[in-house]
Amino acid sequence: MARSDVFSRQRWSEKTDNFGHDVHVLAVDDSLIDRKVIERLLKITSCKVTAVDSGIRALQYLGLEKNSVGFDGLKIDMIITDYCMPGMTGYELLKKIKGSSTFREVPVVIMSSENVLARIDRCLEEGAEDFIVKPVKLSDVKRLKHYMFGEDKISNEKQETNKRKLSEISSESDISEPDFSASPSPSPPTSISDSSTESLSSSPSLDSSTSSSSPASPQSSTPLSPPCSPSLLTSPTRRLKMTNLELD
Amino acid sequence: MLGLESYRLVADMNRLLALLFHQGVLDEQFLQLQQLQDESSPNFVSEVVNIYFNESEKLLRNLRALLMDREQWEYTKVGVHLNQLIGSSSSIGANRIRNVCVALRAASEQNNRLGCLRALDVLEHEYCYLKNKLHEFFHIEQQRVLAAGIRYPNPMQQHQHHP
Repeated sequence: MARSDVFSRQRWSEKTDNFGHDVHVLAVDDSLIDRKVIERLLKITSCKVTAVDSGIRALQYLGLEKNSVGFDGLKIDMIITDYCMPGMTGYELLKKIKGSSTFREVPVVIMSSENVLARIDRCLEEGAEDFIVKPVKLSDVKRLKHYMFGEDKISNEKQETNKRKLSEISSESDISEPDFSASPSPSPPTSISDSSTESLSSSPSLDSSTSSSSPASPQSSTPLSPPCSPSLLTSPTRRLKMTNLELD
Repeated sequence: MLGLESYRLVADMNRLLALLFHQGVLDEQFLQLQQLQDESSPNFVSEVVNIYFNESEKLLRNLRALLMDREQWEYTKVGVHLNQLIGSSSSIGANRIRNVCVALRAASEQNNRLGCLRALDVLEHEYCYLKNKLHEFFHIEQQRVLAAGIRYPNPMQQHQHHP
């Protein structure tokens, strides 16, 4: 198990996952500004991005709609969508995706500016992988990418096996958690995941001196990071409770 | 001399940002945008902010027209416009504008016409202030980039010779 830890960390330090091909994300948002931001957030975390402005266009892209432009062999690793959109909401899009045979296994993440528990629950019940409260931050995207794709192994495994492996790895790394002391964040699991993700990531922007670190998010780069234990955060509801705490 | 110029400009930018943060005009989301700017996307922040300005001006004009209508208020439309403005303001870190929009939305939901018109005045004022300050910020940044470019010539740009 230790060997595969080293292997997965080496893999993570390379720009691409899945042996040479980038993680491909479909982003859906009616707001041009939010599309630009999410596109940039994803590109900086080394994802390939396709951004569309509506649920209908997303379905057309995926080939799930009449007059689709979808093509065979389309590989989508994750779909991230806004909740409030004119026409088809993110929730309706989620249902359509989960109802399709081709894409029901693809993780869908919902973004919303409203932190409404009922809405969150409804989305999670319908099969959403995660729910992010806007505005979306770099740490959100890194965390997402990491717990979904950071631990990917040799074969294309299903999400369930990945989660199981994550919890196996985390039980080892629990010992190293107390070593971590740099984060000012009040919620330890969140900060560990954030900082460990950051020091492992190859993003160049972290080294720039333009931004001053803000107390709300632990952006300071740590020289050493424990093996990440994202399993605590694989539970979206727990993360949401963390998010709620931070928002207060 | 040129090195000092660049240094001074960076100090000016930081001072301006610090002021805007202190006033609550901007919040940490603006810093997030800056983190997304790098060599591969060197104008990211100004690009996004300019989109924001273009969109916001249209939204504000529409809001003014909707709220000045003596006959009937189209509450749904007002709400839709405000939600858009709240969303985009939050995405770029325009904190004060966002807060005024939220207040305006509440006033509109309560049919408080006078409250709405007052909030709209404040909103327009806040928008002008932010626009002026950010234009100033980007202007200084442009100067800084020029000054830095002269001081540290790009090896590709052989035509720039400096002692």
